[in-house]
Amino acid sequence: MLKGMFSRPENMKMYWKQFMQQCVDIGVGSFGIVFIISLFMGGVTTLQTAYQLVNPIIPKSTIAQVVRDTIILEFAPTLTSIVLAGVVGSKIASELGNMRVTEQIDALEIMGINTKGYLILPKILAALLMIPILVMISGFLGVWGGKEAGVLSGIISPDEFLQGLRQDFRAYNVFFALAKSYTFGFIIASVSAYYGYNVKGGALEIGKASTTSVVVSCVLVLFMDYALTAILL
Amino acid sequence: MIELQDIKKGFGDKEILKGVSAVMESGKVNLIIGASGSGKTVMMKCMVGLIEVDAGKILYDGKDFTNMDTHERKVIRQEIGMLFQGSALFDSMTVEQNVMFPLEMFGTGSYRDKKKRVAECLERVNLKDAAKKFPAEISGGMKKRVGIARAIVLNPKYLFCDEPNSGLDPQTSLLIDQLIKELTVEYNITTVINTHDMNTVMESGDHIVYMYQGQKQWEGSNKEIVFSNDQLLNDFIFASEFLREAKEMRQHELFSSGKWKEDLKNKAGNPAGGDRQKPE
Repeated sequence: MLKGMFSRPENMKMYWKQFMQQCVDIGVGSFGIVFIISLFMGGVTTLQTAYQLVNPIIPKSTIAQVVRDTIILEFAPTLTSIVLAGVVGSKIASELGNMRVTEQIDALEIMGINTKGYLILPKILAALLMIPILVMISGFLGVWGGKEAGVLSGIISPDEFLQGLRQDFRAYNVFFALAKSYTFGFIIASVSAYYGYNVKGGALEIGKASTTSVVVSCVLVLFMDYALTAILL
Repeated sequence: MIELQDIKKGFGDKEILKGVSAVMESGKVNLIIGASGSGKTVMMKCMVGLIEVDAGKILYDGKDFTNMDTHERKVIRQEIGMLFQGSALFDSMTVEQNVMFPLEMFGTGSYRDKKKRVAECLERVNLKDAAKKFPAEISGGMKKRVGIARAIVLNPKYLFCDEPNSGLDPQTSLLIDQLIKELTVEYNITTVINTHDMNTVMESGDHIVYMYQGQKQWEGSNKEIVFSNDQLLNDFIFASEFLREAKEMRQHELFSSGKWKEDLKNKAGNPAGGDRQKPE
């Protein structure tokens, strides 16, 4: 499937339009859910870290440090990607599946359009661009949510939290999060496109393809999460 | 002209097309008819390249489509328009955008020229007022007409229609048939229609290919079909008492008007013509 995507575009302007449309669908379309889960993810991490750090010798700023690293290293890239596998992956699979079942893909083929290039490539490229951006936004929102939850519940003061955020910060962690988000973005878009594009049958099969694509994407995301952690850290 | 030479196609152990040879004549409405499972849809999909044949050749004006590379096929495909059974309109686009799509992808000229061409095509299929509507907002017959407008927007040489009347009421079916027939003459297109509709067969079919169990059983015109003594064809076409009576009336009409003799004379040199039986 991936090999078939690369051919000279019939009309670059139309491919660009399709790419921009996908960026809007994936990026803007998923922002709401990313916003909500990131805030709560950060808040819960702060509360649970504070609950476990009962030793009075450990400064409270350590809570912020733990929250920051947990969110950057794991929660922002992996949890966001798992959610996006559901939101974006099922959308891609059902959209392509519906196009296949209603012969819209055949109609494009008859027109002489490389359907893999026109339908799948812009989705993968848009996912590679937008999912890392969403992961970065999720990281910021997660940390902010953590701070707000800590301050509102009286666990940590704003100054202590900011101090903790600056403690032992490693830029490599951000690179690691980006490496994971690119990998996960590719997995989500390509797996769901594969299942959607190759649907055979009717409405029931579209649903099955959508579910299978989410399950396979999630498993692959978790597997690659472990593999990348083992390799890069 | 599209020529099929000994086309064979199977899926697994099941042989669907068992060496079909036929000719789709230029500037005419060519019909492929047959019972469900006779292989007519597979045959049409093979003709447009959606399914690859196992053996045989498909020639578009003498050019072998089966042995063409991707680039050569793209060139031929830009001369093909197709109306799908379910219309296959793009859900996220309006009627106007659907018709505009092939022009935007392949058309040259300014945006204004393209808009003008789209308006012409929509007017030709009587859908000018529905330009801004989405496919979900229009009826089945209108969807078919949008499909036709999209198929003809690039002035194709070949028009393929897969079951253009399926799911439509008799009156709308007649309109669609009439429209396809008119466009075939107007643009001098080689039209191939895959149908079950007996009205299309009798009214629009300039040239008819009857498929039976993966083989071509009969080939001829809509005048010849009423005089055919092929039992399988007669059982399929004139299945009801009503249709058998209609056949007799048509036979009488053609025979008394002398059109039958005319047709015989025209077809005398055509070996592909169907079996002819002089009416008693």
